[in-house]
Amino acid sequence: MPEQVEDALAEKVIRVIAHTQRIPPESVSLDSTFEALKIDSLDGINIVFELEKEFNIEIPDDGVQNLRSVRDTVEGVRTLVRSKDQAAPSGAA
Amino acid sequence: MNRVAVTGQGLVCALGNTVAEGWARLIAGECRILPMKDPGSPPYKFRNGAEAWDFKPLDHFTEKDLVMLERFALLAVVAAREAVAQSGIRFEGDLSDRSAVITGSSVGGQFTEEEGYIRLYRENNPRVTPLTIPRTMANAGASRISLEFGIHGPAYTVATACSSSNHALGQAFWMVRNGQITAAIAGGSEAVFAEGLLRAWEAMRVVAPDVCRPFSADRKGLSLGEGAGMLVLENWNHARARGAAILGEVIGFGMSSDAHHITQPCVEGPAKAMDWAIRDADISPDQVDYINAHGTGTLANDVTETQAIRTVLGKRADSVLVSSTKSMHGHTLGAAGAIEAVACLLALKHGIVPPTVNFTARDPACDLNVIANEARTAQMQIALSNTFAFGGLNATLVLKGSED
Repeated sequence: MPEQVEDALAEKVIRVIAHTQRIPPESVSLDSTFEALKIDSLDGINIVFELEKEFNIEIPDDGVQNLRSVRDTVEGVRTLVRSKDQAAPSGAA
Repeated sequence: MNRVAVTGQGLVCALGNTVAEGWARLIAGECRILPMKDPGSPPYKFRNGAEAWDFKPLDHFTEKDLVMLERFALLAVVAAREAVAQSGIRFEGDLSDRSAVITGSSVGGQFTEEEGYIRLYRENNPRVTPLTIPRTMANAGASRISLEFGIHGPAYTVATACSSSNHALGQAFWMVRNGQITAAIAGGSEAVFAEGLLRAWEAMRVVAPDVCRPFSADRKGLSLGEGAGMLVLENWNHARARGAAILGEVIGFGMSSDAHHITQPCVEGPAKAMDWAIRDADISPDQVDYINAHGTGTLANDVTETQAIRTVLGKRADSVLVSSTKSMHGHTLGAAGAIEAVACLLALKHGIVPPTVNFTARDPACDLNVIANEARTAQMQIALSNTFAFGGLNATLVLKGSED
């Protein structure tokens, strides 16, 4: 089950990035760099804003500055979602 | 071309309600970026701001005035009153037609707009105050100043984000220099501590969680501030003829657009503005003694500004005195250029460089002669004052100390 959830997570991140950049999701892969996708720092802040909403997480400023690729973003979101789930009281959705 | 004298200065910001109060704190190196009166609910990610802590509107205005004017306009008017009182200028007869009011404000009145949205969208009440337009318009301060002093010449407001008031001062300077007008009240004001605006700054992730530390290795962003600065600029001969005290001189102005990115700074644009200003002043880069830097304390600005200063000043960049007074009064956005022009003129007059406070460690990428934490005495004649705005708009003033 974790594998499935994690794949779904990556797909969701890609969807958010594609929507924010107004580009087709199929043009975004895990291996895409922000540079190749023409994502600059302001776009990055906008993407992070949408990801925070989508996953109900808070992404620290330091984390934003280090994002360079879709894979970085997916792994960063995954870490934050996991720590949120661990922090949630047992039985919580 | 006419020489352009500064015969009056006005200041109200976190540093105090007058030029004298502000100068005392500038040379004391007192950081006035302090816990905000309203920390937000939920709390903002930054806890500090540079509010005009001691400003009490009813000390300066009637209740009726407060119905008509928003905070950014009140601040502008109070600073203009101080500048005009110091100048002793009276806008009468022909002079009232040959004088201008040119102000800068990034966003104008935000409080009334936000109150209107609360009514509309939270309370489902379509009745917003009929004073919304006159209170929020960015020229509200300029218009009130022209009304109050009976100035019938050009009056307008420039909105170029953080360069607004340098653009306003620069235009006023050129108009006096070219002889189109004899005098001007020019500067700018901003009142940023409105919740919607603060949330927007929060979302941009450029505000330091604690305080701004311009040019310091551990800087984490800017600190927001509010306030106003105003100058009376006057045809030199006119000022002399009426026996006015000349506080300093504006001798050059330059501006440029990066045409690079909507928010990311670059080196070339700011360098072009500084270069133009120096050429406009007909001085050489070696004559620049002090730079009041834009110095916001963001990672990007301070590095690109350093490189731009090096590009324009060459070898002189090793020794030119540099400070960012934003470390004390915050980044006052559309008022920044005006407040910092006042700081420059006072620095030149007193021979004291106000410091960059909150400075903890040198950053090799910002290898300028940054005057850190404590004011320094220095013989100075000429200062540059930089403002660089989101949108890539740059404006630099060249100021000279008084010969009196």
